[in-house]
Amino acid sequence: MNDLSRIPTLQIQDDFKTRAHKALGDDQLRRNFRTAMDSLMTKRATAFSDADERERLRALGNRVRARALSKLPELLERLETNLTRNGVTVHWAETVDEANAIVLSIIRAHEARQVIKGKSMVSEEMEMNHVLAAQGIECLESDMGEYIVQLDHEKPSHIIMPAIHKNAGQVASLFHDKLGVEYTKDVDQLIQIGRRTLRQKFFEADIGVSGVNFAVAETGTLLLVENEGNGRMSTTVPPVHIAVTGIEKVVENLRDVVPLLSLLTRSALGQPITTYVNMISGPRKAHELDGPEEVHLVLLDNGRSQAFADGELRQTLNCIRCGACMNHCPVYTRVGGHTYGEVYPGPIGKIITPHMVGLDKVPDHPSASSLCGACGEVCPVKIPIPSILRRLREENIKAPDDPHPIMRGQGSKYSPRERLLWKGWRLLNTSPALYRTFSFFATRLRGLTPSNIGPWTQNHSAPKPAARSLHELAREHLGETQGDRP
Amino acid sequence: MSAKANILAKLRNSLAGTTPIADEFDESLLTQPWTYAPEQRIARLRQLMEAVHTEIHLTSAAGWPALLEQLLHDRQLPSLLMAPNTSHGQKLLAHWAGREDLPRLKAYDRPIEEWKAELFDDTPASLTGTLGAIAATGSLILWPTREEPRLMSLVPPVHFALLKASEIHDNFYEVQRKQRWAEGMPTNALLVSGPSKTADIEQVLAYGAHGPKDLVVLILEDA
Repeated sequence: MNDLSRIPTLQIQDDFKTRAHKALGDDQLRRNFRTAMDSLMTKRATAFSDADERERLRALGNRVRARALSKLPELLERLETNLTRNGVTVHWAETVDEANAIVLSIIRAHEARQVIKGKSMVSEEMEMNHVLAAQGIECLESDMGEYIVQLDHEKPSHIIMPAIHKNAGQVASLFHDKLGVEYTKDVDQLIQIGRRTLRQKFFEADIGVSGVNFAVAETGTLLLVENEGNGRMSTTVPPVHIAVTGIEKVVENLRDVVPLLSLLTRSALGQPITTYVNMISGPRKAHELDGPEEVHLVLLDNGRSQAFADGELRQTLNCIRCGACMNHCPVYTRVGGHTYGEVYPGPIGKIITPHMVGLDKVPDHPSASSLCGACGEVCPVKIPIPSILRRLREENIKAPDDPHPIMRGQGSKYSPRERLLWKGWRLLNTSPALYRTFSFFATRLRGLTPSNIGPWTQNHSAPKPAARSLHELAREHLGETQGDRP
Repeated sequence: MSAKANILAKLRNSLAGTTPIADEFDESLLTQPWTYAPEQRIARLRQLMEAVHTEIHLTSAAGWPALLEQLLHDRQLPSLLMAPNTSHGQKLLAHWAGREDLPRLKAYDRPIEEWKAELFDDTPASLTGTLGAIAATGSLILWPTREEPRLMSLVPPVHFALLKASEIHDNFYEVQRKQRWAEGMPTNALLVSGPSKTADIEQVLAYGAHGPKDLVVLILEDA
């Protein structure tokens, strides 16, 4: 790998607002997202044509995930026991650095040079590609969308459709420039170019890396869904398979995956099922002729146990990573995935990222929402995303001396001045005498109302009190009509 | 303390004083809407699989080797990877016996390391059996074995799969229960619902991403 690919690909020097402004001014980007999100919403709606079935299934999905979380430590231990019995080596990592060190040590033990990766958002959390590249190890993405963004030194802009921000013309130019192939906008041809290039890489790779959609404690099974076959390739062709996943991905029983699988593929892509559902329960057995000789599972915390500690925030961990919340989000659709500046964009990104990087690193995340509620309505496991966003807004402005530390980086938007203003506002509105005095002067001195009130007047005209307050008018009205009463 | 101990201690601490949520599992939700009359199962499977570009042929226990011969001929495939030690492999060998003009049959009879290049570069098609199928989602069930290893249904660009009509089940839940999956899973179990595909460029569906470009299912109606 050349030096260029080691440079972190996303410049996060600017903040959310700056990036949002830039994205909103990019017509091409907005068209690409609008088209894609409209199509994904339609597909989901068609896949859940029976609203009653959909709602009952969402309720079941929620119960299955909530049950798993309610006995998470026990299930993780059962998962480890059963995977170990099946011959899989289980590793635990509290931080992304620990997880990368584990992956590196496995790679070093095999003197591996080439890693091929199926789609894995946890490996994005770990920035595995860059960490490995810095050690002179090639780590190539094999999901078509991930491959495209890696080739362009970008990061995924959507958790299911990583290259959704690009159109075919942009991919055509990219392949032409980077792979030296003839320029073609024909999607079939572009995919065949990717297939040819990556097939050689599957063939050569020493290690395959994948994520996990569901880890089944009961049987010690790692379940992966995909359409392309790159996941099966990455987990079957190389002699070593390393799966990386978050500690929340475990479910209790094999039957629990039936509703979750249905919810996942229908919510994500509107498909009744993906082309492949790949269930891996161990490495190659002595009599078998293919499959990896070694299978490793890395269980990563990276802030998840912090979300877990709070009953309300714990629901964040119900997530099965379908992406429906972003597909239906009016903010995401307009600003695109890269504006969020982190691995997980959109509504789920806004509620999970603060636990991973600290709320102070993403202070605009909780408020980058109109609270329209669409994300909560479509979530297949019923995460109350809007109310969690409001909760994070509260955590965001907690005083530094707050006796209840909930999360890393809380209180980063705390302002003593703002706090004082609100205290004054509360006093004003809870004391009738004060309120009357205030409204008397506010109406009589309306001519003195400032015409520039900070950010408000950037997009609105300044408010001007009426000549008389409603209270006054009402009292006057009642006084006049009093005599008519029987 | 180890990472494991730390993580588990944090999680246990967070759950202190709580009781696990009871296992209320609404099975009917996963079976009732997804139940079909026996004569509807093939139609349902066919409709879903054809919608994602699977080629489906109805044939019989006696007639499929001849049909396969024809399909190989139509596609001008020079060879077929198959499993001689399975009952369907035996049938195919019997049909091929004494014929010089037919595509070459080869077996996946040694570890992948010994013939990886040939599998990737010179194996245009394969034939495998199935453990049945699922009508609700249009999926074939594959549990790869020593005779029919994992890469056999993945690397060759054309995958032929044999499916007995009597083994088409209604839904995934029923399959797990009837075939007692929870009691012991194989190294690898698969649901395959079409040829490999992707919509990663502009949501335009393209087939033949990394796995087979063609999936051809031969349904044995009388088996």
